[in-house]
This record gives sequence, C-alpha cells and structure tokens, in this order.
Amino acid sequence: MRLLTHNMLSSNIKGVTNGFPLLIEVEKVVEKQVDFNEDFLRNMFPKIEWKALVEASRTMGYTELPENAESSMLDSDEFLRKFHHALIELHLEEGALVCPETGRKFPVNKGIPNMLLHEDEV
Amino acid sequence: MTSRPELQAPPEIFYNDDEARKYTSSSRIIEIQAKLSERALELLALRSDGVPRLLLDIGCGSGLSGETLTENGHQWIGLDISQSMLDVALEREVEGDLVLGDMGQGLGLRPGVIDGAISISAVQWLCNADKSSHEPRIRLKAFFGSLYRCLARGARAVLQVYPGNLAQRELILGFAMRAGFSGGIVVDYPHSTKSRKEYLVLTCGPPSLSSAAPRGKDEDGDSCSDEDSSGDEDNQSVCISDRHRPRKKQKLNKKMKGREWVLRKKEQMRRKGNAVPANTKYTARKRKARF
Repeated sequence: MRLLTHNMLSSNIKGVTNGFPLLIEVEKVVEKQVDFNEDFLRNMFPKIEWKALVEASRTMGYTELPENAESSMLDSDEFLRKFHHALIELHLEEGALVCPETGRKFPVNKGIPNMLLHEDEV
Repeated sequence: MTSRPELQAPPEIFYNDDEARKYTSSSRIIEIQAKLSERALELLALRSDGVPRLLLDIGCGSGLSGETLTENGHQWIGLDISQSMLDVALEREVEGDLVLGDMGQGLGLRPGVIDGAISISAVQWLCNADKSSHEPRIRLKAFFGSLYRCLARGARAVLQVYPGNLAQRELILGFAMRAGFSGGIVVDYPHSTKSRKEYLVLTCGPPSLSSAAPRGKDEDGDSCSDEDSSGDEDNQSVCISDRHRPRKKQKLNKKMKGREWVLRKKEQMRRKGNAVPANTKYTARKRKARF
C-alpha cells in the first residue's frame, strides 16, 4: 500500500468524527521503483494532506520531506523527486493502520489493508 | 442454465480461491472485462490532456479492469471484498493499490479526492441481503453516499451493472439519485440479449451540459439515443427535443357527456346487437362525486 492510498483512507467506524489520518504501525516496508510523472504529482498535490504525508513517511523511515509545502515548491525538481518517492515508491507491506479515535487496528498483509468493519462498527 | 452468481452465495464466498483462479484464467472473461473497462473509461469522459488521474475501481476483483486503467496511464485504488480475488491480483502484479473492503459499509475515503470511479459487474451484489444484519437499502445508501463524497466536483462514476430485474435497476438508480448524483443509464446493444450491457453514468454535481447521458451503442456500431436530450462531448452541441408539447387551448368539456349523449350511445350499442340495459329514469343520473 502506497502513501498515496494512505492519504486518502479514513476510518469508517460508526461514531467516529475524524478518522483521518490513520496511524501507521510498520512491520515491513518495501521500496519499489516507479516511473516519475510530473503531471500526476502536480495534479495530486492540492489534494494531498501534507502533514499526514510527512508523518506517515517518517513512520516508514523516510525523513526527507519538508514539514510544510507550498505549490511554488513544485517547480523544484528535487522536491518533486522526494514527493514522488514518498507518495508512490514507499510501500507498507506488513503492519497495521490504526484508527486515531478508537485505536482499532486494520491489519495490512501483503500490502493490502483489511478495512472490513465488524457488525457493530457499521 | 446455471443461476446467477449473485443468487448462489455472497461474493466473498462465491469468489473463493478456485473460482478466482477460474475467473481470471478464462480468456473469454478476460476479453469481456477488458472491453467493459475500456467502455467504462470512455464513458468517464476524463479530459484527454495526458495527465494521469487517481481513479477508483470498485469491485476490482483480480485486477482485470484495473489493468485497463493502468494501460491508459492512470493511478488507481481498487476495492474488493474477496481476499481470494485480491490474491490473484497480487500474483498478476497489478499497478494499483488494493484494499480489502465492503462497498456496502461505505468507501472510507476522504472527501473530494477521487478524479473518477469505475465499477465492472460489481454493484448489483449490493442488492442481495447476504447476512441477516444486511439491509440492502442501508448498504446502497452507504455506498452511494460515500462515493458521492469522495469524488471531486464534476467527477464521474461509471458503474457497469448486471441488475437481476427491473426492481433492482430502479433500486440502484434511485439510491444514486438520492445521494445527489445526476446522470442516467447508458445501454449498449439494447436489442441483443447476449451483448446487452448497462452502464450507470453518474456525475457528481448539478446537471449540466457535460452531465447529459451519452448515447448507447447499437448492433451496427452506430450510436442510438435512448433519451430525448443527447449531449455530444466533442462538439458542444446539445439538442433537446421538446418534451412538453403546448397544451391544447380547448379542454374537452365533460358537461357535453350529458344524458342525451349517453342515450345516443346506448342506441348505437343496441343497433350493434349488444346487450344494453333498458333506459330508466336513473340513466345518466348525476352520481355523487366520490362514486
């Protein structure tokens, strides 16, 4: 699961008001090489919750992302590369996503998060 | 003839390891799914500016439809309820991210982040109550509500469905509309039982020129329009035929059908040879309004 997806997922449990962002428990991180696409990064940038991305990438062991980011930084190739790496190339293979309000864990196996809710959580 | 998969078992049980493997190794199914995905992507009407978009594949299964999205240069997140199907997708090393989840529980995505959503042969599963705690209406509401929220403004969702019957079709469309979507159903090859395919084309946002439902395909490959208004995405020309004809100035006056008229009609019927009750003082008498 890439951080791109993590940035979009939120906890869907009944009664939770703010289920975003999900905290990450890391057991195994994999880095995969993906082709760099500047257009995609520019398109996605306004939609990304930057703080959540920085937090998540730090948990995964990548500390290169700046604390704050503005759209003007998209002109810098170096920034784009770091953004690309954090967003698309870091994969959480094994671990868990944790709901920030209830602490409920969504396990991640083989890169697939299990977001199925139990009967009483719907 | 074997019954529909939807009537045999819930999707996470029907699509077990064996079925998942069978499904994905059938060349016929692969071909059909590829065609459906291409068409769904076409109906999504994304701007063709070469910018990769973030799309959602609902009921992505073993990633057959997701591959079409990748081939067209997009990033995608796939959701499916069957672990077996997702395992096959992993084997095939699909590019999109996979999530094990139940669309009837809500998609659990942040508002306004998805550029478009497709679903191939999946949404009709919502109409079954597979567990006693399931109520299809609640699940449909949760699904469409969360889908509407996570789509960016103006984004579309194209859901290719196999509704079991008319009631299911109405149910699905009804909940989509209630969630705030505008749009309609596009039918390809409506006259062929084998090739007939239905796509629910939904737009997030108020109805506008761009959300006018596109035309379905016909046997000859020509476009046939099921609706009065047709929108041509390329030419920006929209012709809306006149649905409301001007009312006739003279309304037929019911008072004309008085006693005389009734007596005349009865005479006509008698001449024809029909059995007509005799004329009495009660014939054509004014009845109470709530008769």
